[in-house]
Parts: sequence; C-alpha cells; structure tokens
Amino acid sequence: MSTRHSRAAARLMMTPSVLLLLGWMLIPLGLTLYFSFLRYNLLMPGTETWAGWSNYYYFLTDPSFTTAVRNTLVLVGGVLVITVAGGILLALLLDQPIWGRGIVRLLVIAPFFVMPTVSALVWQNMFMNPVNGVFAWLAQTMGMRPFDFFGRAPLASIVWIVSWQWLPFATLILLTALQSLDQEQMEAAEMDGAGPLSRFAFITLPHLARAITVVILIQTIFLLSVFAEILVTTNGGPGMATTTLTYLIYVQSLLQFDVGMGSAGGVIAIILANIVAIFLMRMIGRNLDR
Amino acid sequence: MGRIHLHGVSKSFGPVTVIPPLDLAIEDGEFVVFVGPSGCGKSTLLRLIAGLEDVTEGRIEIDGRDATRIPPARRGLAMVFQSYALYPHMSVRRNIAFPLRMAGLPRAEQDRRVEAAARVLNLTDYLDRRPGQLSGGQRQRVAIGRAIVREPAAFLFDEPLSNLDAALRVGMRLEIAELHNRLGTTMIYVTHDQVEAMTMADKIVVLNAGRIEQVGSPLDLYRRPRNLFVAGFIGSPRMNLLGGEEARRHGAATIGIRPEHVRITPEGGPWRGTIGVSEHLGSDTFLHVRCDGIPEPVTVRAGGEVGLHHGDTVFLTPDPAGLHRFDDNGQRIE
Repeated sequence: MSTRHSRAAARLMMTPSVLLLLGWMLIPLGLTLYFSFLRYNLLMPGTETWAGWSNYYYFLTDPSFTTAVRNTLVLVGGVLVITVAGGILLALLLDQPIWGRGIVRLLVIAPFFVMPTVSALVWQNMFMNPVNGVFAWLAQTMGMRPFDFFGRAPLASIVWIVSWQWLPFATLILLTALQSLDQEQMEAAEMDGAGPLSRFAFITLPHLARAITVVILIQTIFLLSVFAEILVTTNGGPGMATTTLTYLIYVQSLLQFDVGMGSAGGVIAIILANIVAIFLMRMIGRNLDR
Repeated sequence: MGRIHLHGVSKSFGPVTVIPPLDLAIEDGEFVVFVGPSGCGKSTLLRLIAGLEDVTEGRIEIDGRDATRIPPARRGLAMVFQSYALYPHMSVRRNIAFPLRMAGLPRAEQDRRVEAAARVLNLTDYLDRRPGQLSGGQRQRVAIGRAIVREPAAFLFDEPLSNLDAALRVGMRLEIAELHNRLGTTMIYVTHDQVEAMTMADKIVVLNAGRIEQVGSPLDLYRRPRNLFVAGFIGSPRMNLLGGEEARRHGAATIGIRPEHVRITPEGGPWRGTIGVSEHLGSDTFLHVRCDGIPEPVTVRAGGEVGLHHGDTVFLTPDPAGLHRFDDNGQRIE
C-alpha cells in the first residue's frame, strides 16, 4: 500500500462503499431537514407549503418539549446510574470462582437477548400489574396494598425495565475489563496494606474507568432512542409523565400526522444528542486516550 | 530486624504437594537467594513467606513472632514483583507513597519519605510521571522505592530482573547489591539465574521440586556441591559430569569436574580427545572436547586466547583437587 499506484487503486476500490454509506446517511438526513421547513400534514396531502422556521418555533415553545427533554434526561441518567453501579457489583460477584459459573454468566446475559417489546410486556403484565402481577401478589401475601407501578411511578418503572435490559451489557463489558486486571497489582496493594475496600477504590475502580466510559457512551446512544418500552407500557402517559423526546416526535408525526413538526423535532433531537455526546466526550472521553 | 525462620513449612494445592515440609533459617541482614529451575517452588516459597499463599502445614516466624496467620500487610515485609505491579493510573510519587497512605501517615511525612527514597534511587526527576512513561529499569526502581519507603523488616524480590535486557540486568544487579549494603536489611531474592545468585547472595538456597538441595554461601556451593543437582546447577559453564568407566576408576558412580579444573597439556595426559566447538570470549576460551572412552563431551576453560581450533587433537589433565565424586544416589562422596 505504499506506491502511488496502489494508493490510487485502493481509493478507487473504496469509492463505492463510501458513496453508498454517504447516500445512506445523507439522503434521509437531507429529507428530514427539508420536511422540517415544510408545512406538511398527512391529513391534508398535496398542500405542502414552505413554512420557514415556524415548525421549529412551535416545537420548541410547546410545553411538552421541556417535559420531554426532562423525562429523557431522567430516563438516560437513571438507567446509566443503575446499570453502571449494578454492573460493577455483578461483575465483581461473577469474577469470583463459584460452582456453575458458566451457567450463572449465561443467565445474567439472558435479558439482553429479550426483545424490548417482549420484556416491557412481561414486566407490565406479569410483574408490575397491580391485579395479576407477582409484585402485587407478594404485597398482598404480606398484607400490604399492591403498588400501581405504572399509575404512580410510571417513569421509574420504565427506568427499571430498561435498566433490567441493559444491566447484562454493562456487566459483560465490566467483567471482561475486570478479568484483565493484573493480579500482581492486587497482591502488591495487599502487601502495601490496602484492605478490600481500599483495593477496590484505588486499584479496581481506576482500572475499570475506561470500560465504564465505554459503557456510558454506548448506552447513552441507545438509551436516547428508547421507544418500544414506552409505547407498550404507558403510551407516554399518564399525561406527559413518560413522554420522552423520541416519543414526542412519534406523537407529532404519526398520531397528529404533522410530518413537518415531527421532522423539526427530529432535527432538534439530533442536535441535542450531539450536545450530550460532546459533553460526555469532554467529561469522560479523556479516559479513552490512555 | 528481619529474622525469618520456617519450621516444617509445606504447601499443597489440592492433592499436589508443591513444597514438602522444609526448615530454613534466614538471619537478620542476610541476602538470601532462592535459586532453582522453573517450577521448583521457589516463587511459591517466597509467596508463603509474604503471606500471599497460606501454608498447608508448619510455622513461619518473623523476628521470633509466629506470623503464620498474620495477613501479608502486617508481617512487615515488602515485596517487589516480577511484573513490577505498579499502579498504572498513579504518578510515580503516588505509587511510592501508596503504602504510606494506606498506613495513614501524615502528608508531610509521606512526602519526606518519598523524596528520600527517590533520591536514593535516582528517581527525583521522574516523580510526576506515570509508570507507562518510564523505561523498564526505571519502573523496577519505582517498585523498589515503593518497597523501601515502608522500612520493612525484610525485602522479598520475585525474579525482579527477568523482564530487563541483559545490560540493564547487570546494572540493576549491582544497584540492588549496593542497596543491600547501604540498608543492611534482610533480603530474600528469587531467581532462576545462577549467575545472579552467585554474584549477589550471602547465602544461596538451591531448590529442586520444592525440596532444599543445599544451603550455603556461593563459594561453599561452588566448591563443595552436596549432590549432583547442585553440582550441575551452580557454575557456568556447568560442571562436567562423567559416568561410566572413568567414574568407576575413581570409585564413584559419577564424577564431576569444573571446566577450569581441566588443563590442556600438549605433550600428553590421561584423556585424549578432539576439539568440537570452541567458544572464544576474549578473556576465556571454552573448548568442547570429545574424549576417547568418555561418552560425554568435556568442557574445558583455557585462559585468554588459545591457538586451538575445531578438529585439533589435545590431551587433557584433570586436576585431582577439583574432582567431585558422587555415589549412585547422586550424593557427594567425601
């Protein structure tokens, strides 16, 4: 790959895939941008007119927008805290030599393979349902009143369901990182007089920093677009309690048939996601440089 | 103070006995080297003393106090690991200060001791670097620094030089020996390299399959190896061990003679042979000679440069004073 000739050939060979990828990304993005400046409602086909910035104006000034942004942040933040903390704990436990470790690890990873729709339905109807759910049954056997999860703590319930799905991912990444920890370092720390807690704080946790960064970055990307769990369980309600940005865009474009407004929301979501990404890279991306 | 006594210490992993019961006394201020081939249990023995492994049977005494059940941190020993085991996310300063920080020493005292250790080890300019930015020798010195700030009763070294290149190894060997002279603290040093053992030790412990083959000063071991294993292990190039007819003439199952105790005599001698490979080192020349009637090749050391080459016929005369005799069980015959 060093001569000028072979470099030119390489460039030529790469061109089709680069063009395909560019088209794949740029055409939908361009169309979304274009739609966001149109007055485009599916109930009035053929009446599209140029709308300027008004779609953006109405989307941003809608009170449901701030609620949706707040709900999105709570959802993403809550799930990140639960999965990272829980993932570290589970990884530490699974790293211990126990009988049947292979099977236990397989079981821990299992939730990751359950479709979001299915897991949301299972949690809603079999666990959290105030009449038929396992939790309701447990509460009743202990003489307490069943808790109506989706009625009284809808967002927390969704955070819990999503956390359940993503915990295996965090555990898996953190477990592999944990296994690459040099045992001699732990022994050196032990000889240096560090107890189990100090060893965790001074050796294990810094060693895991990079893996935690990876978990946070990857999960944030996927958590910003959580949708099925909300649609299946609460439909964004009660009221606006579980409407995230993703869900709000869905409501605008497919329930109110306002494609223009939905597109504007989509563009705003892209911008917000990038802001979050920049913040994350600034805050924790340094860990990846080492 | 750093007297370490082992009484009937043994170690088994499940049904496999790695170290059968052994006794060993290490006196204060000694530089003791555990040497043996890989897998002989020397590292395990060191880890037993450190407390990183539990002894199966027996008792470890440190300064007259039973330390068998004391956790590693409170035995007052410091260890330097083969991989250095530095904490990669901490600066050199924080690495060296780590044991002091864990001991809860005041900040000023920590700084004072770290600076002192850094001066001793020529690390002052590197205190704010991370281990990843240091060379192998510097990392080794940081690991030693982390050990000396604790002012331990004894230092434990687990093959500390095996990751360094040859030139650096010789330099660090000297530095560690000097450190021992200056501090006068007990040091236990594990290596598979008999040259390191010979050059550094006050006392060498030769281990084979978990058993102690011989304990003694380097020259003791060199001059009077107690058995065939020690005879073959100590000394470079290794001792010529000859069996068969030649040994029987000396009333032994095997005789051993070091290369420097065989003289080349041009006129004639008891052994007549043909030179195979000759290794010219400048200061010495090692000749590998095939002798008539002796199945094993005989290595001979000739001082300086000799004008002998492949295929030349020479006569060899073994020095009777340098002859070692061993019986059927490989034990030395006096």
